[in-house]
Amino acid sequence: MFPPLIVLAMIFFVCAPVFIAWAPYESTMGLVQKIFYFHLPSWAAMFVAAIVCGIASAVFLFKGRVIADRIAVSSAELAVVFGLIGLVSGPLWARKAWGVWWQWDARLTMALVLWMIFVAYLLLREYGGPGSEKLAAGVALFGMANVPFVYWSVNVWRTVHPTTNVVPTLVPGMRGALWWSLVGFLLLYALAMMARVRLEEQRAALERIYRELDD
Amino acid sequence: MINGGTHCCSKGDSVKVTVRRAAVLCLLLILGIGVMETSATGLLAQSMQTSQQDEFVPIDELETEDQLPAAPLLIAAYGFAWFAMFVYLWSIWRRLARVERELASLASRTTER
Amino acid sequence: MKRFFAVAVLIMRKDLRVETRSLELFLTTLFFAVSSVLVFAFGFVRNGRPVENAVAGILWIAIAFAGTLALGRTFERERYHDVLRSLLLAPVDRPAIYVGKLLGILTLLAAVEVVVVPLIALLFQAPLFRHPVLLFLLLLLGTLGFTAVGTLFGAMLVRARSRDVLLPVLLYPITIPVIIAGVRGTAVLLEPEMDLAIVRAWIGMLAFFDVVFITLSLWTFEPVMTE
Repeated sequence: MFPPLIVLAMIFFVCAPVFIAWAPYESTMGLVQKIFYFHLPSWAAMFVAAIVCGIASAVFLFKGRVIADRIAVSSAELAVVFGLIGLVSGPLWARKAWGVWWQWDARLTMALVLWMIFVAYLLLREYGGPGSEKLAAGVALFGMANVPFVYWSVNVWRTVHPTTNVVPTLVPGMRGALWWSLVGFLLLYALAMMARVRLEEQRAALERIYRELDD
Repeated sequence: MINGGTHCCSKGDSVKVTVRRAAVLCLLLILGIGVMETSATGLLAQSMQTSQQDEFVPIDELETEDQLPAAPLLIAAYGFAWFAMFVYLWSIWRRLARVERELASLASRTTER
Repeated sequence: MKRFFAVAVLIMRKDLRVETRSLELFLTTLFFAVSSVLVFAFGFVRNGRPVENAVAGILWIAIAFAGTLALGRTFERERYHDVLRSLLLAPVDRPAIYVGKLLGILTLLAAVEVVVVPLIALLFQAPLFRHPVLLFLLLLLGTLGFTAVGTLFGAMLVRARSRDVLLPVLLYPITIPVIIAGVRGTAVLLEPEMDLAIVRAWIGMLAFFDVVFITLSLWTFEPVMTE
């Protein structure tokens, strides 16, 4: 499963710059708008990671399946990484397009909050001591409850950030590049998840052996 | 109303609890959509007054002096994305290698016994 | 159902009785809230006049800080006497324990706010009481939302390491929507021409947050507190 996915992901990422360069210029923002092709997929991957983490946490909390906990922690780490990419690419684009690095409008605020919730999740798992897996699962559930607020907020509050109606109105040349990047990022997410979950499994195996040795 | 206290008894009970929770979630969703839609008009009216959007000038109309060079920003954004992903994947690889090394050394130790 | 609330009220009364004997939490939290307000007064006042909209922010930040302190201290007290474990061993609905603790801490914070809110109105010459019913609703729903999440996390962290710093680390990002709604709602209340529709919208949203967070807390309290 792993090697063919890696090859596929590589193909996507190598071809992405080509498609992005071919995409037509956006009239009001020019070259800098091309950050969009990484910015939106990055946030999309972050949302997917957040939801996966939330669902896995719920399963772990209410059903007690350990694999769910491993998926949850892996997804949380990826949510932080993809969110960081989104949080860096966004202001870089904003500086040119809006003239300011940051805006305290609804969507940016909520996205930042969501990102911080998953950072808090990781901090809890790292420093909370034994038994913090269940506690962190509870935190992730609350984090997931925030996701709909982020998506909805753009449509209710009129902000400088493009509304969610942007995607269907894209010019065909742009749409292709966007979907290509989106698939690429989601593939990357899947790949990283597999690697990270394997890490958790190996750690658990190691702990088990240590415990057996102690007996 | 809410089943708690002792650990859940039968499978039937836990199914009932799950169904009840699903129903509550659906209710919450409907309530939430209702609240959000009714608050939409009020908040839209308020944000109409914000001046941010009025200061927005499309880039073609901006003076050349005010324009920032786009290329460094674009390169920084893409560069950071690549960098972050690379660092993260490398960190997974490093942690995995360390754990597998330990596992291997333990396996060899137990076979020696 | 009746038993559920009977248990919750019993736990609340237990907490309040313990508190009224020493008044430790009430007085320390109140003093801390007032000190925070003073610090903000120096930070956000320009030329003897409060910065616009600072009053709403000061009010809600004081509530958030005081609330975190109260939550931390309440559960520290529980941990010290191992009360929580005894409660969990009792043959009662676990969520009832959560509701009982929630009501107790809510009462404590309400008592603190009864002093702090008029004080802020006085110090900053802010017409907070022009619309008392709306203000009351905002404060009630906002404090309830904050306390609902805080009680869950406080109880969760009782046995965790680094619990003092982890409580605010976990609590603030998740309750930011409540704080935002509270601050914006209060800010609109303070305007000379208050827009009732907007305040009602924020109150509606706060109510929705409260319902979501309390429901989630009721569901997760038991699995999170058990091994």
